[in-house]
Amino acid sequence: MGEHEPKIIAFVCNWCTYTAADLAGTSRLIQPPNVRMIRMMCTGMVDPKYIIKALLEGADAVLVSGCHPGDCHYINGNLKARRRIKLLKEILPRFGLDERRLKMTWIGASEGIDFAETIRGLVAEVKALGPNALRNQMVL
Amino acid sequence: MAKTAKIEVKEQNPVTSLRGFLQELLGGGQVDGLLVAAHLPVKGSVMPVLVTDPQRMDGVDPLAPAFPINAAKVVSRLTRKPTGQRLAVVLRPCEIRAFIELVKLKQGSLDEVVLIGMDCLGAYGNVDYARLAGENGGQETTLRFYRDLPSNMRGALEDSEISPACKACEHPVPENADLQVAFLGVPMDRMLLVQARTEKGMELFRKLRLTECEEPKERQAAVAELVEGRRAYRDRMFEETSRATADVEKLMEYLGRCVNCYNCRVACPVCYCKECVFVTDVFDHEPTQYLRWARRKGLLKMPTDTVFYHLTRLAHMSTACIGCGQCSNACPNGVPVMELFRTIAAHTQRAFDYEAGRSAEEPPPLSVFREKEFSEVTGGKD
Repeated sequence: MGEHEPKIIAFVCNWCTYTAADLAGTSRLIQPPNVRMIRMMCTGMVDPKYIIKALLEGADAVLVSGCHPGDCHYINGNLKARRRIKLLKEILPRFGLDERRLKMTWIGASEGIDFAETIRGLVAEVKALGPNALRNQMVL
Repeated sequence: MAKTAKIEVKEQNPVTSLRGFLQELLGGGQVDGLLVAAHLPVKGSVMPVLVTDPQRMDGVDPLAPAFPINAAKVVSRLTRKPTGQRLAVVLRPCEIRAFIELVKLKQGSLDEVVLIGMDCLGAYGNVDYARLAGENGGQETTLRFYRDLPSNMRGALEDSEISPACKACEHPVPENADLQVAFLGVPMDRMLLVQARTEKGMELFRKLRLTECEEPKERQAAVAELVEGRRAYRDRMFEETSRATADVEKLMEYLGRCVNCYNCRVACPVCYCKECVFVTDVFDHEPTQYLRWARRKGLLKMPTDTVFYHLTRLAHMSTACIGCGQCSNACPNGVPVMELFRTIAAHTQRAFDYEAGRSAEEPPPLSVFREKEFSEVTGGKD
């Protein structure tokens, strides 16, 4: 059996992090292929339920990434998102879900290099954590 | 700025005396309507009624140890648009706190409402109350419930105990009420107290020509003692529940009897969505999707998403949870929902320095933000 290849679900905003991911790709920066990206118009519309669902279904990590504070296309959606992530970090660890499987970052549209580095770092970290045991478990 | 007056209790019957007071309030034209708990003509059944005729108040009994629904939801329904009429609503402390949450979510208004808050010793679960009141009669059950006050504050009758939510409730005295009806630490066989707590309350207090009196000295100590006992029970409950749900497997065990009926969500006064995502088709997946999941895991419990449902509800409303326990009351299978939600709510509310129902001025924590906060969430950057 080879090394565990984690699956990471990334909710990224259209205006900043998705654009950064695009830039990383067109710049041919090397990044591991472990991320399944979901483009949202804004991180402010990532309802906690989608993050919970992903983790319960066995995603090895969830990344939420949007514009830097002050740069949000919708003025402050990213700051609302930060509160929601804070909320989930209060709730999920109480049921034994590892807090390190939920990440939030700010990555601006021009920061392709930062995006590639973030993904490389996250994949390495999640590999070290090992697979999310819920993936092959029956969750009621 | 509190003012206190006495309602004299005649023939050791606080129920009829309180009813008399409310009758005067409605009959005197101070309010156009009164929402208050009353015994229905059906045996063993207490529900809020909207009264406009003071002659029709025979069954009115806000002291009844029954808590079939959290009336914040009906007050929300009555106040979501202006009526030009004044409504007095007689509520338990947790109903007021739930209503405050709804007002902040723009699902109700305090403008035309006078909040009359009752001291609260707790109430039985629906099943226990129906049995007790069925055996002994509704009003008799109320009188027996308070018979041993002020010395015995447990409110226990025979073999039945008040619901766990009430045992863990540290808010037996209403907050944010305009007028408060107090009986804790008061010789209830002789008197009840009415206290004006706000400008609105003062105005009514004057118009009702109540005679002022001193609050009995014993009251504060009696309340403090009750609250202390409740806190101790609550903290034990937090510990036990945390231990019983410490990982996903234990959580599954804890929720094991849940059948996804969503009664807890229907009964919850602060589950504020007009249409819950769990009745929409958002998670109504393609049949082939279920088969794929089953194939991956070997077997799949149907319906899916029990744990997911409860975790989502925790994320959506735990910052507004006021701990009334209607979720547990509504559960057909005895899942200790209240214990779980209060335990998590204590953490989520503390995280945002928020307490549900404390103040109509404090915005709900997920409706606001600060530019610099929680930098640990984004790896120290903000």
